[in-house]
Amino acid sequence: MVDAATATLAGWFEPLLGAYASWLAILMVTVAQIVALVLPLLITMALLTYAERRVIGAIQLRIGPNRVGPQGLFQPIADVLKLLLKEIIVPADASRLLFYVAPVISLFAALIAWAVIPFSPGVVLADVNAGLLFVLAATSLGVYGVIIAGWASNSKYALLGCMRSAAQIVSYEIAMGFALVTVLMVSGSLNLSDIVEGQRGTSFLSWYFVPLLPMFLVYFISGVAETNRSPFDVAEGESEIVAGFHVEYSGIAFAVFFVAEYVNMILIAALTATMFLGGWLPPFDFAPFTWLPGIFWLFFKIAFILFVFLWFRATFPRYRYDQIMRLGWKVFIPLTIVWLVIVGLWQLSPLWLWGK
Amino acid sequence: MLAEYFPILVFAGLAVGVGTFLIVAGRLLGPHRPDSEKNSAYECGFEAFEDARMKFDVRYYLVAILFILFDLEIAFLFPWAISLGVIGAVGFWAMMLFLLLLLVGFIYEWRKGALQWE
Repeated sequence: MVDAATATLAGWFEPLLGAYASWLAILMVTVAQIVALVLPLLITMALLTYAERRVIGAIQLRIGPNRVGPQGLFQPIADVLKLLLKEIIVPADASRLLFYVAPVISLFAALIAWAVIPFSPGVVLADVNAGLLFVLAATSLGVYGVIIAGWASNSKYALLGCMRSAAQIVSYEIAMGFALVTVLMVSGSLNLSDIVEGQRGTSFLSWYFVPLLPMFLVYFISGVAETNRSPFDVAEGESEIVAGFHVEYSGIAFAVFFVAEYVNMILIAALTATMFLGGWLPPFDFAPFTWLPGIFWLFFKIAFILFVFLWFRATFPRYRYDQIMRLGWKVFIPLTIVWLVIVGLWQLSPLWLWGK
Repeated sequence: MLAEYFPILVFAGLAVGVGTFLIVAGRLLGPHRPDSEKNSAYECGFEAFEDARMKFDVRYYLVAILFILFDLEIAFLFPWAISLGVIGAVGFWAMMLFLLLLLVGFIYEWRKGALQWE
């Protein structure tokens, strides 16, 4: 379908542009694909902020937003409009350029990794063979937005918040990286579509979360810490440093950080679903489960993981900073290294279940 | 093969564009009435009396250095993990030696208290 659309467009521009027509056609189709990816993503993000308030409201026996639109469904739209119309205050001592650049970097880092997430067989923006490496690189970029924001604000709370946040993100990234390496050993491929297909079997027991259960838990919990979500949200602990690295941000500049955080949450959920929960594969490989298109199974898995994110926030009290660092460095990193060695030995033994 | 990366390049441009567009739109749509009180850095009620870019705890620096070491190690582990089935026991033990060297440093840091936050 994509090739056909490209060919048609190239045909239209041929008389006008000659040899450049095919380039323009490829560019237009690519942009259309990206819009088809980013637009639903931003809508999901908006609905996630709404879902968060409703779900936590329900858990705490409150109602949550229910005034704007049916059941409060238009609340996120109202929020965006309000934030757009507010003043962006730049502190007098701030580095103005960096102050504006920081939220853009955050959002960029959150969006770019989506380029390689496969939604169903063949439905992926860029089916690169080093997909997982790209994901690792792209998610590492997020910390720049945080550091630059804290530094550019020239405010004590912002600086303290960005230091905490950066140290925390960086610590949990190591545990995430090691967990990814074990997935690689089992799948034998960096391509995310291949990783999903490698989990195909008769039931959900062939998904990678079964043999790699500790790594699945480490990856998910690190993902929660990586996105600075509760219970690991000391970076914005209201009672200590008001809002962390984005204290000085207001209006839509703050909203861009907010969007980046929620897009990152959805990204972590999508990656967890892809690498450990079988991506687009149905839980049982026979009818009626196979009737539903794979993309819906992926959406269900992402929705479930996002629900767990919200559930965590409503249930657990905030960790102390030293406890967070201890969990990251003294529990997760040793655990992942040990499990890496175990999986390596397993692969050398005759008991290995996957192809070599 | 590089053609597969073309959408990522376009996406990178658009991703920067989305953020820039939002900021510019906020700048144009929102009011802009600065005054000295509003523009001073947030400081819980009192005047900001010194530059905020102060000294910070050395442990943040240590964490950053350790992160670089371990992240590089992960970058080395990626190709190893993929080809482990081919390189077999020799490849496995070679990487174990490499891991061991890093672990010695890690244990040293741990015993020195560099990972201790109180």
